[in-house]
Amino acid sequence: MEQYHKLYLYKRIVQAKLFIDKHYSKNVNLEEIADEANFSKFHFCRLFKDAYGKTPHHYLTQVRMNNAQRLLKLGMPIAEVSFSVGFDSSTSFSALFKKLFGLSPSEYQVRHLKKQASFTANPLHAVPNCFTEMYGWKKSNI
Amino acid sequence: MCVYVLNQDSAHDFYVNKLGFNVHTNVPMGPDTRWLTVTPPEQPALEITLFPINEGNMFDAETAKIMAELVKKGTFGAAVFTCNDLMVTYEELKAKGVEFKKPPTKEFYGYEALFKDDSGNWFSLSQLKSEQ
Repeated sequence: MEQYHKLYLYKRIVQAKLFIDKHYSKNVNLEEIADEANFSKFHFCRLFKDAYGKTPHHYLTQVRMNNAQRLLKLGMPIAEVSFSVGFDSSTSFSALFKKLFGLSPSEYQVRHLKKQASFTANPLHAVPNCFTEMYGWKKSNI
Repeated sequence: MCVYVLNQDSAHDFYVNKLGFNVHTNVPMGPDTRWLTVTPPEQPALEITLFPINEGNMFDAETAKIMAELVKKGTFGAAVFTCNDLMVTYEELKAKGVEFKKPPTKEFYGYEALFKDDSGNWFSLSQLKSEQ
């Protein structure tokens, strides 16, 4: 019986995590996430942290920022990125981004786009030399 | 770290959408090969190259065929990943459609399960015993 109870608990925590993965771009809050899993807020925070090693809020921020990095790499304007990952204000988004990664979203984007342009011009710059030699790319016209 | 995969598009989907990894580099290297690397979200410095088994300089036709068969058969174990709570991560990956070769079992070092990627490479997923 205890085993079934635990399994039910695991599934509810997973459900909450998948809810964050799906709704990170919306204005989701902790109460809503805890409700989704049928937990009280404090009980939920503790269980989530035990399971994933971070609070639901920390995890939500991580998902948002990972997606922000992905969108910045595609060249999306900063304001659009901040809105797309669930921030109301691009100023607070930029401040948090800089705090977490040590550079502003625009610096990150410029740096990445430059790197991408260099890889497009010379794809071999993306690959360690041992692979370019083993796979014969060095001799080909890549 | 290099993992040989049967299809890079499918591997991209598996590692990004099922395991939750981030794409680090994705650069075309000719008509049917990309330099595709992904990183686990908690360990961004660990770049995993998802390399297709194509006939070419590295593999002649026969070797490529044998390699592909061996990968598909599940011959190669690629790495050990750790997580905070194995049962929760096991349930999460199962919900996302990841196939497990072995469900979580208690081992002397903690708990361990084995899952397969979309090509057939297997990985250990472990929750290590607390050192306290």
